[in-house]
Amino acid sequence: MNKKDLILIGAVLLAALLGFLFFNTDKDKGSTVVITLDGNQYGTYPISTDKTITVKSENGINTVVIKSGEVYMQDADCPDKYCVDKGHISKVNDTIICLPHKLVVEIKDTDNQPPEVDEVVK
Amino acid sequence: MSKRIAKVGIFVALAMIFSYIEAIVPFNFGIPGVKLGIANIVVVTSLYQLSIKETVGISVIRIFLMGVLFGNGLSLIYSLAGGLLSLFGMIFFSKIKIFSVMGVSVIGGVLHNMGQLIAAAIILKSISLTYYLPVLLVAGVVTGLIIGLLSDRIIKVLCKTNKSIV
Repeated sequence: MNKKDLILIGAVLLAALLGFLFFNTDKDKGSTVVITLDGNQYGTYPISTDKTITVKSENGINTVVIKSGEVYMQDADCPDKYCVDKGHISKVNDTIICLPHKLVVEIKDTDNQPPEVDEVVK
Repeated sequence: MSKRIAKVGIFVALAMIFSYIEAIVPFNFGIPGVKLGIANIVVVTSLYQLSIKETVGISVIRIFLMGVLFGNGLSLIYSLAGGLLSLFGMIFFSKIKIFSVMGVSVIGGVLHNMGQLIAAAIILKSISLTYYLPVLLVAGVVTGLIIGLLSDRIIKVLCKTNKSIV
C-alpha cells in the first residue's frame, strides 16, 4: 500500500461521511406516507391516522402498517425480508425499500404544518 | 491458443468455486446487499498476471455461468452491473499505475457497489436508494482492502516463484 492508495481511501471515506451527514440532517417528523410501486405512485396516507395497507402486485404482497405516527413493514413475501428488518420509520425522507417487489415507502413533509401545541418536547 | 483457453478455464473454475463458497457461507457483515466477493481475488490476480482480454473473459464467463447455474434474471443483472463497472475501473487504474494492488482493489470494491446501486435504482425506477450510498462506499473500501491484501500476497508469491501460472 502506498501513499496514493491512502489518499484514495481517505477521499472515499470522506465522501461517505459527507454523504452520511447530508442524508441525516433535516430529520423532522414527516406528515405523509408515500407508497411507490414500480415507479408509479400507489398511494399517499397521513401518518397521523393508523392504517394497514396491503400492497399486492405481480411481484408479491407487502403489508405496510401506519401506527402511532410511525410506519413499518409488518410482513412481506419477498425472499430477503430486509424491508421487514428495517423497522419503524417516522422522519422526513426516511424510506423502507423492498427491492424484489420494487416497492418504496417514503415519508414526506407535504404541508409543513407547525408542531401541535400539545407536542411533547424532549 | 489451447494453453490460453486452459489457463482461462482454470481461473474461471477457481472464481466459480469462490463464488460458490460465498453462496454457502456468506461473508456479508450483516449489511443488506454487501458481501466480501472473494471471487474478485481471482479477477485482481488475473489483472496483474494475465492480459486484459483474459481478465475480461474470466470475469464475464464467471458471472454468466454463476447466473445461469444458481441465479435468476435479476441477480444476473446486478452481478453484471457491479462486475463490469468494477472490472473496467480496475483495468483502467491498473494500467495507469497510480495506485498499488490495494488501491486498484478498493476502486473495484467501491465501483462494484456503485454499479449495483445504479442497477437497483433503474429496476426500482426511484432514486430513493441514494441514502444507502455512504454505507456502500465504506463497505466497498473495506471489502476492497481485504480482497486487495489477499490478492497482493498471491501476486507477490507468483512473481517470486518467477514461473508462469500454468
